[in-house]
This record gives sequence, C-alpha cells and structure tokens, in this order.
Amino acid sequence: MTTTSRLRALTRHHLFWPVAVLIGLLLVNVPFTPDFFSVKMTDGHLYGSLVSIVLFGSPLILVAVGMTLVIATGGIDLSVGAVVAITGALTCSYISDQADQSALSAVFLAMGIGLVAAVVCGLWNGFLVARMGIQPIIATLIIMVAGRGVAQLITDGQIITINSEPYKLIGGGYWLTLPFSIFVVAVVVAATMLLTRRTALGLLVESVGGNAEASRLVGIRSARIKIMVYVFCALCAGIAGLMISSNTSAADGNNAGLWIELDAILAVVIGGTALTGGRFSIGGTVLGALVIQTLTTTIYTIGVPTQTNLVFKAAVVIAVCLLQSPKFREKVFGRKTRRKVTVPAQPVAPVEPAPKTEVSR
Amino acid sequence: MTATAQKPKAAANGTASRTTRLLADPRLPVLVTAALFLAMYGGGLSRYTNYGFGEPQVFLNLFIDNGYLLVAAIGATFVILSGGIDLSVGSVIGFTTMFTAWLVERQGLPLVLVVPIALGVGAFGGFLMGYVIHNFEIQPFIVTLAGLFLFRGLCLVISKESISVSDPSVDTLAQTRVPLGLGELSIGALVALAVLAVAYYVLHHTRFGRRVYAIGGNEQSALLMGLPMGGTKIAVYTVSGFCSALAGLLFMLYIQSGDPLHAVGMELDAIAAVVIGGTLLTGGSGYVVGTLFGVLVLGLIKSLITFEGTLSSWWTKIATGVLLCAFILIQRTMTGRKKT
Repeated sequence: MTTTSRLRALTRHHLFWPVAVLIGLLLVNVPFTPDFFSVKMTDGHLYGSLVSIVLFGSPLILVAVGMTLVIATGGIDLSVGAVVAITGALTCSYISDQADQSALSAVFLAMGIGLVAAVVCGLWNGFLVARMGIQPIIATLIIMVAGRGVAQLITDGQIITINSEPYKLIGGGYWLTLPFSIFVVAVVVAATMLLTRRTALGLLVESVGGNAEASRLVGIRSARIKIMVYVFCALCAGIAGLMISSNTSAADGNNAGLWIELDAILAVVIGGTALTGGRFSIGGTVLGALVIQTLTTTIYTIGVPTQTNLVFKAAVVIAVCLLQSPKFREKVFGRKTRRKVTVPAQPVAPVEPAPKTEVSR
Repeated sequence: MTATAQKPKAAANGTASRTTRLLADPRLPVLVTAALFLAMYGGGLSRYTNYGFGEPQVFLNLFIDNGYLLVAAIGATFVILSGGIDLSVGSVIGFTTMFTAWLVERQGLPLVLVVPIALGVGAFGGFLMGYVIHNFEIQPFIVTLAGLFLFRGLCLVISKESISVSDPSVDTLAQTRVPLGLGELSIGALVALAVLAVAYYVLHHTRFGRRVYAIGGNEQSALLMGLPMGGTKIAVYTVSGFCSALAGLLFMLYIQSGDPLHAVGMELDAIAAVVIGGTLLTGGSGYVVGTLFGVLVLGLIKSLITFEGTLSSWWTKIATGVLLCAFILIQRTMTGRKKT
C-alpha cells in the first residue's frame, strides 16, 4: 500500500516526467558509447559527455529560464534569438576595436554595452506588450525581424572574430575544473529561483499570467511585472549571447542564436509550463533544456544522420503538445487515469512530461 | 478579440466625430499602405529616374521577384483572418523546392506529375495541422511551430546539399515571359495574380470567406451562430498549406534549385506583409488586397535598396521591422486601447 501510494506521489510530482525522460535519453546512449557517463580529468579540466551536454546546453538553459517567466505571464518572446545576435555583435565589435583585446576593463565594458542593449530590447518588448497592449507574439516579432538586421549592421555583415583571453572564459573557459558557463548558469538559475520562490515575485508573475486584469484590480502592478519579465528574458538572452559569441570567439549577426527561441519555448513546454500562463516551473525548464540538448547529443552519438535532428524535434513537439491537450487525452485514453499514459518506448516516446500538466491547468 | 471592439464602436459612431469614424473604418489601413506604396514609388521615381526607375518593367519586376511571397502571404492572410497564425510557411516553401527538385532531377518524374504531388503534400500538411489545432485545441502557434521543424527536417532528410534543377520543361517555364502592353511578366507572377483573384473571390463572395471572417471576429459567436467551426478552421490551414506549397513551386521556378536553406524565415515576411497590408492580427478584419500592397511595399523596399546601391541587404530587415512596428501601432490606435 504505502509503496504504491509513494510511487503514485512520485509519478505525480511535477518534475517526474522531465526527469524520467532525461534519464531515459541518457541511458539510450550507454549501448552506443559505453563510457558515456565517465568523466575524465585532463589538464585539470573535467571532460566527458555529461559535462559537454551542460556546456553546450547552457545558453539554451539561460534563454529558456527567461522565457519561462515570460510564458508564465501568458506572453511569449520571439525576439531572444535576435537579442543573442545583437549582444554578441555589439560586444565583439567593441572588443575587436580595442588595441589590447585582453584588457579586463575593456572586456567588462564591452559586456556591459552588450547587456545594456539586451535590456533596451527587453524594455521595448515590455513597453509594447504591457503599455500598448499588443499581442506578445506580434510585439516581439518586430525585434525578431529587425534585430537580425541590426546585428548585421553592427558587424557590417561580417563575422567579427576576436582574440581575447578573458572574454573566452565565459563561454569556453574553465574554472575550478568545470566549464565557467556552468557557474554562470547556476548563478542565474539560483537567483531566479530564489527571487521567484522565496519572495512574492513568483506569485505575482503567476497571478498576472492567470488573469492580468484581475490582478491589476487587486492592486498588482501587472504592467510593471510584465515589463520586468521581458527585460529579464532579454537579459538572459543577452548573457546567452555573450556565451555563444565567447565560445566561438566570433560574432555572427546572421546565425548566432538562430532558432534558439523555438528551442527555448520547447524547453519550457517540456518542463511543464503551460503556454497559457499562470504557472511555471524553473526546475522543469532547466530539465527541459537539458532534455533537448541531450536529444541533440544522443542523435549524434547513436549515429542517426544529423539531418533528422529537426524531424525528431518536430515529433517531440507534437508528442508533448498532444499529451498536454486535455482533449487529446480524453479522446485517446478515454476515462482511464493518466497513469496509463505510457506510450511505447521510442526515441521520442519518453517525452511525456505532459501528464503532470493538469497540475498547472 | 480586439476586433470585436471595433464593431460596436463603428455602430455607436453616429454622433461621433468624423475622425473617429475614419479611424474605425476597416479600409483605412489598406489605404494607408497603398498611399505609402505610392509615396515610396514616387520617392524612388524622383531619386532614381536617371537609373531607369521609371520604366514600367521595374514595377512589373516587383511581381516577378515577389510572386512567391505574394502567394505565401495570401495563404497567411486566410489564417490570420481566422484568428490563427501559421509559422510553417517558410519551411513548407523550402520543403517544396527541395521535394520538387528531388522528384524532377533525381527521380526523373515529369513536371506535370510533380506539381500536383507537391501541392497535395503541402495541402495535406496544412490539413494535418488544422486537424490537430481544431480537434485537440492546441494553440496554432505551437502546432505550426512543430510543422516548421517537421518540414525543414524532411527537407534535410531529402538532401543536405542543394539540388539545382536543369530540367528543360522547368527551364522553359522559368524563362517564359508573357508580354503585356508596357512590359512583361513571368509565369510565376501571373500565377500569383491568379491566386490573388481567386482569394479575393473566395474571401469576399463565398460562404467560406464569410465564415473565416466570422470565426476571426469572435469564435464564440460564430459557434453560437451555428457556423461549422471545425471545417472552416481546418480548411483555412489547408489553404495556407496549399498556398505555401504553391509558393514553393514558384520559388523553385524563380531560383531553379532546391536547397535546405531556401526560404528560412519567410513566414515572418509573409506575416509582416499581411500586417502591413492592414489585416488585424487578432483576426476578423482585413482585405486580401491589403496583402498585395503589403507584399509590394516589402518588394519595393528591396528594389529601392538595390537602386540605392550603397545600402547593404540587412537594411531590408530593419526597414521591414520599422514598418511592421508602425503598422501595428496604427492597428492599435484603430481598435482602441483595450487591455489585453
């Protein structure tokens, strides 16, 4: 009795399915690369598949965390990819103009400029959504379209390469044997969790997402909250932009952060945050982003041609959405309990973090 | 939703001033876009007359160079009028170029056979998305996002490298120019204009068109009126899929190759053209003629930048963004400042 009820409590936990999917995906790799879980120490750095998953996934995690809050207010931010490009472009072009590209002060200043630009983009999005009352998809579409143009304008259509040791640290460097970007991600995620779960901020965000008008009437400044989440999202995207450009030591206005908004939204959805807003789970989002990165890595390691990557992703999106849809569950699974929702194991199948969404409904 | 605010406003306007009535007129944005187009064209005329901007062919080239975008944008107009959104447009176009190039070049199928297959696949893709959107009540945004991934992925599955098309029948079709009094048009441009005419007829003179407007205006009321919601919604996405596939064929004719990177992000151009053409993104209000002007304005930006010579291609994106922003703000003032 107690074991079953405990099991039931476990499967009902809102993070159960994302974790299960992640573990499932990681295990899929073992037959193909037996030393998948081994982490080696070389030159004082830790190497291994797990480390690289986190390393390559860190920009996505950052963007997805910002996106989570935006989606929690019932919005969406399509401009993050463009913000990534703008931040990278501004920062790299400033550094490349310096005589000494490794000077710490110049690097910090460059990063500051990039992040300020990101915040400005966020303010603009927030202004359009909260003050002008424009649908979020459309409001953020403007920067999504124009932003890439601006990024190319900054880089003059070129790929700016830089050679700066301190800047290299953020996206490609190591600190205390681990990739530095992991620490950046950890700090941002921890700060976000603290701010949203240990203060009333998370509650306010959720109430705005639940019903913006009602929360305004109870005295929550919903417009201000909305602007804040867009700024936060853009800031996260900005940091991700720094990481991406630092990792490659180059700024590419055209391709940096391409499609990252879609991956981020996918990560948020896999993590169990409903697109309708009103509930969010930062932990779920981080897991969701890791799931996507692991999926990509898995596709590489098991030798599936990389071009099928997108088809897999499409299948994942469809599966997740269908399972999240109450109507679909009703039609397909009838009145059975949701615990019967076990789809045959396939590369795609494990992605049913969905059942827990009725928590958020 | 916001579109609903517009009707009562127009009705209550008997006593209101003329400016308010003018602002509430759904035709206003189309007129603004048309005026903008004329102004830009006039500006181009005065600035580049010596470079041959005044030739009628320059104007006709707008249709030749943007025929595929026009077709895609017309499909998007249907979806947006119904209150939805279709993000898969660009991917379907890319997929169609790849698919047709592959069928024609690698499988050696005749073009006559390939065209209906490609159109069928596109329409079927749209149908599937519409089916999922309607029956499982998932947001169109997410479903068509999955469509975006799927079609781009299928495109890559067919081939990672670009396939150039050298089939003689494609060649002749692409090279054919139909002379009109002052200049000439390509087959692609003519097809695009034909699609425009059909879309105009369907939207404004058939029951289906009325239903699209009704659903976009207020889904709940449309349902209560007993309109066949499901059928209409699914049909709208099917139309969009079909138009995207047709746009893909035109694009293939225009560029004569299939490439996994063709038309990346073209859904944004299509949506931008629809918005600039004055269609409300919330659905229920707009004209397909507006979309024509939207596409022409975008095309004109491109050719102005080419004529200017010193401006780089990314200015197109920036100008599109600025225009998009301006028109969204115009829409906003039109529909009144209603809290969302």
